[in-house]
This record gives sequence, structure tokens and C-alpha cells, in this order.
Amino acid sequence: MISGTIGAALDASWRPVLAPAVVAITAMAVMLVGSRLGEEDSEGLGWLTFSGLALAALCAFAAVGRHAPAFAGALIVDDYTAFFYCLIAVCAAMVVLLSLDYVPALELPSTEYYALLLSATVGMMLLAAAGDLIIIFLGLETMSISVYVMAAIARRDPRSSEAGLKYFLLGAFSTGFLLYGIALLYGATGSIKLEAISRALQSSALAASPLVLLGLAMMLIGFGFKVAAVPFHAWTPDAYEGAPTPVTALMAVGVKSAAFAGFLRLLLVYLPALHAQWGGALWVLAALTMSVGNLVALAQNNVKRMLAYSAIAHAGYILVGMTAAGGAAGAAVLYYLLGYAFANLGAFAVLVAVERVEQPGTTLADLGGLAKGQPMLAAAMALFMLSLMGLPPLAGFVGKFYVFSAALQAGYVWLVVLAALNSVISTYYYARVIVAMYVNEGAERKLRARRPGLSVALAVAIAATIIIGVDPRPYVEMAAGAYASAAGIARSGVRAAFLAH
Amino acid sequence: MVNGVVVEFPALKLMLLLPALGVVFNLFLGRRAGRAIVNVVSVAAVVGAFLLALWALGELLALPAGSALKATLWSWIYVGPLQIDLGLRFDALAAVMTLVVSGVGSIIHLYSCGYMGEDPDYARFFAYMNLFTLSMLVLVLGNNLLFMFIGWEGVGLCSYLLIAFWYDNAQFAYNGRKAFVVNRIGDAGFLLGIFALAAAFASRGLWTLDFAAMREHISLVSSAVATMAGLLFFLGATGKSAQIPLYVWLPDAMVGPTPVSALIHAATMVTAGVYMVARLGFLYQLTPATMEVVAAVGAITAFFAATVALAQSDIKRVLAYSTISQIGYMFLGAGAGAFGAAIFHIVTHAFFKALLFLGAGSVMHALGGEQDMSRMGGLRRKLPVTHATMLVATLAITAVPGFSGFFSKDEILEAAYVSGHYWLWGLGVITAGLTGLYMFRLFFLTFYGRSRVEAARLPRLHESPAVMTIPLVILALLSLGGGWIGLPAGMLWGDRIGEFLRPVVGQVKSVPGLEALALSAVASAAALSGLVLAFVFYVAAPGLPERAAAWSGALYRALREKYYVDELYDFLVTRPLFFLSDVAFDRVIDSYAIEGLVDGAAAAARGGAAAIRRVETGNVQHYALTYLCGALAVLAYCLYYSMRHG
Amino acid sequence: MTPVSYYLVLGAALFAIGVAGVVIRRNLIVIFMSIEVMLNAVNLTLVALGRALGSTDGQVMVFFVMTVGAAEAAVGLALILAAFRSRHTIKADELNLMRW
Repeated sequence: MISGTIGAALDASWRPVLAPAVVAITAMAVMLVGSRLGEEDSEGLGWLTFSGLALAALCAFAAVGRHAPAFAGALIVDDYTAFFYCLIAVCAAMVVLLSLDYVPALELPSTEYYALLLSATVGMMLLAAAGDLIIIFLGLETMSISVYVMAAIARRDPRSSEAGLKYFLLGAFSTGFLLYGIALLYGATGSIKLEAISRALQSSALAASPLVLLGLAMMLIGFGFKVAAVPFHAWTPDAYEGAPTPVTALMAVGVKSAAFAGFLRLLLVYLPALHAQWGGALWVLAALTMSVGNLVALAQNNVKRMLAYSAIAHAGYILVGMTAAGGAAGAAVLYYLLGYAFANLGAFAVLVAVERVEQPGTTLADLGGLAKGQPMLAAAMALFMLSLMGLPPLAGFVGKFYVFSAALQAGYVWLVVLAALNSVISTYYYARVIVAMYVNEGAERKLRARRPGLSVALAVAIAATIIIGVDPRPYVEMAAGAYASAAGIARSGVRAAFLAH
Repeated sequence: MVNGVVVEFPALKLMLLLPALGVVFNLFLGRRAGRAIVNVVSVAAVVGAFLLALWALGELLALPAGSALKATLWSWIYVGPLQIDLGLRFDALAAVMTLVVSGVGSIIHLYSCGYMGEDPDYARFFAYMNLFTLSMLVLVLGNNLLFMFIGWEGVGLCSYLLIAFWYDNAQFAYNGRKAFVVNRIGDAGFLLGIFALAAAFASRGLWTLDFAAMREHISLVSSAVATMAGLLFFLGATGKSAQIPLYVWLPDAMVGPTPVSALIHAATMVTAGVYMVARLGFLYQLTPATMEVVAAVGAITAFFAATVALAQSDIKRVLAYSTISQIGYMFLGAGAGAFGAAIFHIVTHAFFKALLFLGAGSVMHALGGEQDMSRMGGLRRKLPVTHATMLVATLAITAVPGFSGFFSKDEILEAAYVSGHYWLWGLGVITAGLTGLYMFRLFFLTFYGRSRVEAARLPRLHESPAVMTIPLVILALLSLGGGWIGLPAGMLWGDRIGEFLRPVVGQVKSVPGLEALALSAVASAAALSGLVLAFVFYVAAPGLPERAAAWSGALYRALREKYYVDELYDFLVTRPLFFLSDVAFDRVIDSYAIEGLVDGAAAAARGGAAAIRRVETGNVQHYALTYLCGALAVLAYCLYYSMRHG
Repeated sequence: MTPVSYYLVLGAALFAIGVAGVVIRRNLIVIFMSIEVMLNAVNLTLVALGRALGSTDGQVMVFFVMTVGAAEAAVGLALILAAFRSRHTIKADELNLMRW
């Protein structure tokens, strides 16, 4: 009977964090198993990691529809959390598929690699579920520290260690700012719980206090780093270029989604009272991020570096949505992240497939003639580029359409005009990739024999990019439900207002 | 005005499904299936769509005027209360365009079987061609702006894929880039137009992008918004339809395979802008100022492109400029309110311009890919079928009475005159004369006079195979008789196509019979004098241009000779015209101003990129400094905010 | 009793010193130490605010920051070591294989 009670108690309190717990346990399992295996068994470890992540995604999916604060409100478990649990777990699982033949080919230490991948995933999940400032900090750091090491894990490549070090130094630097913001916000409102902070800021006197504003500014700066907003973006191209390609994919989709999950929840759900304050700053950040990302991407010849700038530009579009605030914008951003994640994962999967072991890093010239030698790979890459470009009816277009129309509804006409002009610019560099593959001649190159894992990842990315765009309804429903559930917990009645809108 | 009925007609979906199946088949099974099966499948997909269109037309004609057929695919996007269904709408306007796209498309697909006969990559080619047909049908049949936009982007994409199909990368790298950038500027205009219009309706409580619903409630839109949206949409149209200022990409697109030029860059895609303006006619009618812009841009483009065409020696470039010029006519008509006439000109233009391109392709096929008219000449006897069909097409584009181009161009010019655009009408008439001149210049240089064909190519000179000549003959018949569906009102069976379109695009004023006849006579006289001038220059007195150079030495003799008049004419009229065309427009405006604008924008962007890029020094402390500056800016902003509001 | 604002000003000054060190010093180890100064400045701020508010949250937070700081130190020193092994330098401005 006692065991039953304990079981029930455990059940009630652990169920909300089942997904990150599964991932954490898998990480430990990987470390234990990995220490007993030789490096030649890295594929087995990969599949172990994959199954842990798949199980976590299932747990998260099963938790949809539950709303409960867990651990005294430190974690919030709602559909928003479940949405990001799923997205993050799927992204991480896709990265595992990308890594299956990459890790042995580059002779990366597989045990550490997969264990770090899993611990980064735990951090991302915590960040998405964070209900207080401590968890935001812990999630962010768990994720970041793991990814610093992963970026530097290719020890034979000096660029990898340089990428890891730069990422680490600037990341730790920005952590200082974020933490300072946390401290000031705590000092001003007297609480670390997001919900209590939100309630305290309802009073207009407090909302205008310099302490709150400084704290808010510091948090913007800290999160600006993680989502790679200009001018806090400078690390992105170097880290993306130097890191092993699957790690770059993880940074571009996993880290970015998780950072936006935390950022969005903080600003849109808990600090809408301060929208007048952060809206203006975010406007400028969004405008700068889009423009700089797209302009500099024009001049890149290294595809990974180009995709880094493209990721910056997309962060800019997402910031446009966040600037708009409100229910429609929140849902639009969630949907946008979905489409963005799969197109990017697919693009990196293609890069993994064409990359040569002896010379990592892919330039546009390396893609020359891909259409002739590898028509399916080239077609897939073209599809991902077109989606990132925003060509209807692919997911990238629908996402942009939602984000821009939400911003328009909120009255940000010039920001949307700027965003539209930016997407015109972006076609140019995405098109260069397509031209390189289809028009330019290239030396016949022998690719690594592709393992089925990579093909599965590509197939999933292709299917998702098309399906999410062509029939967006279920996914929009999902995104809207997720956002509504987060907003509904924070402020009663918001949910009804949002649905009526 | 609209009192027809809307009837569910599921077979419309099949019209899209057939080319879609063609794409999938060619892409995935094409290589394995072999050439014959690929040919059959791709042509059958488009012919099937054409037959379905005929069936749908039959159904539509059985319904009262102003009716439409519809089919819903699925609900696509919804934003708040705005729900966008991917639906198809087959009304009179869509019917005409669908028939043109699938009909002319079928003929060109058939021709391609011969033209691409030796290309190893035929499966990919036909996959793109079918994808193009699919996108074009989506553009035409889409029942709302966003669905139309999907097709709009799709045809653009296919256009680049097909331009890039063959050609060496250095040239394409430049041309393709230009085409891409220019078109995306237009597309941004289109998208912003969609947003502007949707927002205008939404602010009045109507959440829709559906054409029928927007048309019904267009009175909700203020004329200021209508002007803005109209201009934005027109910007999109100038990109896709190659009008001033965004026309520069089309002549360069001619590096693609000739059937592509015929299908995409002559008959269908480039007229999409005109179709879009006609489709949104209800919006344009709210804003006379925008209509003026459309008409003026159309007329000026028509004139300008015609003068440039005079001086080109590449046969396909002449045709490209003539396409720009003819589309200019269509916009002139649309701007004058005669949307029906503009659509009618799309139809006849599709016939004769496709024929001209396919004929030019046949000539090139015979000459081993030669495009330079200075190395043609005297081909009349070697290529009898090509010669005869090209003659019909040239007469049609020159608008010789009785040929198809005459009826449609006549309607456009009449509308321009009646609506009070006398200057633009005058420009249109002059352009008609120029059209006769440059088209017959092309025709005579190619088929008449001394043969200038390279000796090595002479023995292999041959008429094209039947799979290529049969399409030529079909198109020639259409170019000859296709105009008779739109006779002037009151003559025989009258303006059938105009009446068919009227419930969708509206009525235009017309003039009394006698005055109309006089207008036609003036335009025809201009066209015929162009023809005669070309005959004099390139057949009766060949070598005239060369002799002009050596003229001064033989001044006395020349004065006595009958050439005197011709030379004077040449000096006073042709020289200045050629000068205008060659130096002023082609070299200065085209090369410097327009290209400068496009290249300048690209260069400025690259320059900006290069400058911003320098921030990225690779030094981690510089990054920290950038970060710090940003952080200080955000902090300063927040402090400023707190001081102002605190 | 010392007013809380004194601690806050001291914390801010320490933070500024840390930031300046990151931007100015070229030695990677010193840059890293400067980052630690920044974190400790925040710790001081947190403790002071926690005491002023009479809540333990600030103190609890400091424990987490210290833990994370230790992890960061381990990773950071390892990364510096790895970079030193491949490049034989610990000067920040000599790590520029990737740029533009």
C-alpha cells in the first residue's frame, strides 16, 4: 500500500517531466554502455540514442492536454511545453540520423558525442518548460555547455576547436548578461517565478521602474545571443562553419528552437505588460537581424556559413512575429519554427551526404554538377532551399505568410515591408545553391556510401517540408493550441480571447 | 451584372492531376521508361488537360452568361477568420486562358518531341514542361489571390529551370541571376499587394482573398487603397510580363531551348501579368490613375521594344522584343478598360507568336543552332513548310486585315482611342508600322535574298520532321483563322469572344461603325507601310544599308539614280529610327540605365554585404565588442524609455 | 546596516570590470577569468537582493550559478587546452581561421 502511494506520488509529479527524464536516463545509459564498447560500435550507440529520443517524443506526445505546474511551478507542463518537447526530441533524433555515418567517418568519440547530444537535449527541454528564472538559466546552460563541447569535438580539425572556443567564450560572456538580467528582475519583483513576476508587473509603477527595465534589457541581450539576433550574432557564422555538420544542424534547429521557446514564453506570455518597452527594442533587432543576415549571406561561398547567415535571417523573421506579440503572432512563430526546422535539417543532411572526410566544409563549387551525379540529393536540396526562400506552397512560405500577416494585423506595416524586401534578397543566395547544383559543372565526386539512417532523415525532412506547407491546418491547429495553452495559464481569459480572434 | 450560377464540376481537379502525374512519372520513371513512352505520357497529359478544358467549356456554355464551374481541393491556410481554400474556378476568363495554355501547350509539347529528339536529358525536360503546365493552370484556375500566387511562383521557377536547361554556366549565371532578381522584385510587389488588399477588406470586416467575393464587395475598398494595391499588383505584372521597367530579363531568357521560349516566354507565362490585371479588373476600375499608368506603360513599352527589335540580328532576340512590344499592346488595352480586348490579344498572340518561335526553332534546327540572321537568307526553297507558316504568322503579327492579329490589335487601338488616350493611340499606330517593318525584316532576312548560310552547313540543310511541321501547320491555321472568334460587333456573327468574356471583365464603349472603320484603316495603313518599307529595304533593294556607308563617294550618281528618294528616306526616317533604337534605347537606356539599375542594386547589395562582412574579423574579441555595443544600445534604449515614461 | 544600493553599485562595477577585461585582454585565460568576475558580480547582486527582499531565492540561485560556473570552468579550460594543442597559442586574436 505504501509502495502504491509512493508510486502514485511519483507518478503525479514525474509524469510532467517524463520526456526530459527519459532523455537524461538515456544519456547515462549511453555513457555506461559506451564505456564498455569499442569505438567501432558507434552505430549501436547512435541507435540507442535514437530510441531514447523517440521514446521521449512519444512521452511528450502522450502528455498533450495536461496542464500542470510541476516542482512547485519551476516547470510548466502544458501543450506549449509538449509541442517543444516533441519538436526538440524530433530534431535531436534527426541529428542522430545525420551522425550515424558521420561520427565514425570523422572518428569522433562516439560515447561523448551521443551523451553530450542527449544532455544538450535535456537542457533544451528544460528551457522550453521553464517556469522560473533558475530553470531558464539551468536549461540554457545545460544546453549551451554541451553544445560548446560538441562544436569542438572534431579534435583533428583546428577549425572545430576554434569554433568551440569562440562559441564558448562569447556564450559565457552573454550568460553573464542574462544572469544579471535575472538578478535585476528578481530584485525588482521579489520573485523568481515567472507567474509571480508577471503578476507583479501588472502595476504600472513597477513596470516603469529602471530596475525592471534594466533587467528586461539584460534578458533581451542574453536571449539575443542564443537566438543569434544582430548585433549579438557574431559567433554564429564561425561556430556553424567550424563545428561538425550534424552539430551545426543541432545548433541551427535545436538550440534555436529551444532558445525561442524560452524567449517567447518569457516575453509574450509573462511580460506582455512590458510590450511597450520591449516592442521597440525588438523591432530594431528584428530589422537589423533580417537585413544583416540576408545581406551578408549574399557574399558567402561556403554553404555552411551561408546557412549560418540564413539562420540569422530567419531569426529576424521570427523576431518580426515576436515584435507583433499577441495570440496570432505566438502561434505563427511556433508554426514557423516547425517549417524552418525541417528545411534546415534537410539541408544539413544533404551537406553531410556530400561532405568529404579529408576536407570537411562544402563550398558552392563543391556542389557543382550534383544534379547530374546525385539527382535525388540535388532535388532534395533544391526543395529545402525553395522552402527557406519562401516559395509557395512549401512550409517556409506558409510560415512567413502567418508571421507577416500577424505583424500586419498588429500594425507593423513597415517592418513587414522590410521583411518582404528581405525575402526578395534571400532568393538570390538560395538560388545560387540551386544554380550551382543544376547549372555548374563539377568534378565527378565519389560520395561516402550512405547508410540508411541518413536517407530516412532526408525522406522525413522532404515529407515534412511539403506536407506542413501543403496542408498546414493540423500543424497550425497544433501551434495555436500550444500557444493558447501557455497563454491561458499565465492570464485567465486570454485563451478565450485568442480563440475568438 | 453577374447573375450566372456557380456549378460544382469535379473534373476540374483532373485537369491539374494529369500534368501532375506527368511530372511525377517523368521525374521518377522517365529515364527507365525510355524516350517514346516519355513523349507519349507528357504530350498525353497536356492534351488530356486540353480535352477536359473543352468539356468544361461545353458545360459552361450550357449555363447562363456569367456562370462559373468550381471545384474545391482543400482548405489551405487560415489566419484568424481568414480562411483560404485551394479552389478552382472556371469562368469565362479562366476558360479562355485554360484553352490557350493547354491547347497551345499541347502543340508545343508535340513539337518538343522532335526538337529535343537528340537530347539525352529529355525526361527532365518534359518533367519541367509538365510542371510548368501544371503551375500555369493553377495560376489561371485559382479562385483566390494566394492560390494564384502559388502558380505565379511556380511558373517563374519552371522558367528558370528551363532557361538553365542547356546553357553554359557563365552566361546563365548572369542571365539567370538577372531574371531571378527582376522577377522577385515583381513578386514582392504582388505579395505586398495581396497583403494590402486583404488588410483593406479585413478592416471592413470581410476576411477573404477569393476573387468572386472580393469582386462582389469591392466597394468596401477606398480608392487610395485600391490605387496602392493596383500599383503593387502592376509591379508584379511588369516583372512577369516583361514591361518597363522590369523587362530586361526576357531577351536574355532566349538562351533556353526554343520550345521553352515559345511556350513560356511567348505564349503563356509572360501574358500572366495581363491575365492578372484582367482578373483584378474590378479593382483597377476603381482607380483611374492606376489605369492611366497601366495604359501608358503598355503603350510606351510597345513602342520602345519595337524600335529595339529593328536593330537586332539574333532571330530569337527580335522575337523576344516583339513579345515585349505585343504585351505592351495588351496592357494598353487593359489600361484603356478593354480587358476583353487584352485577353483576345493574348489568344491571338499565343497562336502567332508560338508559331514564330517554333518556326524560328525549325530554322535553327535546320542550320544546326544558328541564330544570327546575317548568316541566314534564301531559305525559302529549302524550308517550304517553315517558310509558308512563318509568312502567315508574320502577316498575323503585322495585323494585316483578315489575319488573327488584326482583329485583336484593332480592338485594343479602338479602345485606346475611344477612352480618350489619343497620344497612346498614336503611339500604338506608329508601333503597328514598326511591327510591320521589323517582322518583315526578320522574315525577308531569313527566307529571301542571297543565302549567307555558312558553306559547311549547306549540305545538311533540311526541312524539319513531321512532328515539328505539323504543329507549325496547326498554329498557322489558328493564326490565320483564330481572330474570327472576335469580329467587330455587328459583322457576321460579331464579337463572340468579347460577349463570352463580358460578364467577367465588363463592357467597353464602342464607336459608330464608320469611325471604327476609319481607325482600322489608319492602323492597317501603318502596318502595311512598315511591310512595304521592309520589302524595299531587304528584297527590292538589298544591300541598301551597306551602300549607305559608301554613299558619299558616289554622291552624284546616287543623286541621279532612283535610290535618291530611298536614301533620303533612309537618312530622314530609318537612320534616326535605327539610331534611336540602337544607340539611344539599346545601348544607353537598356545597357546603362536599366541594366545599371539592376546591376547597381545587386552591386550595392554586394557592397553592403562586403562591408558588413568585414565586421566578422574572426577575432573573438571584436565579436565581444560588437556584442557590447549592441548591449549598450539596448540598455540605453531602455534607460531612455524609463526616463521618458518613468 | 549597509544599504543594499552599495552592494548593487559594487556588483555593477565588478560586472563592468569583467566586461572590460573580456573586451580588452588578449590572453584567453585572462578573458576567461574576466567572465568569472562577471558571474561573481551577479552572485553578489543576487545575494544582496535576496537579503534585502528577505527571500532565500537569491541565495539558492547563487548555488546554481556557482555549480554551473564550475562546469563552465572545466569545459572552458579544456577548450582552451584543445585550442592550444592545435594552434600553439593562447592569444585571442590569433584564432582567426574562420572569418568573413
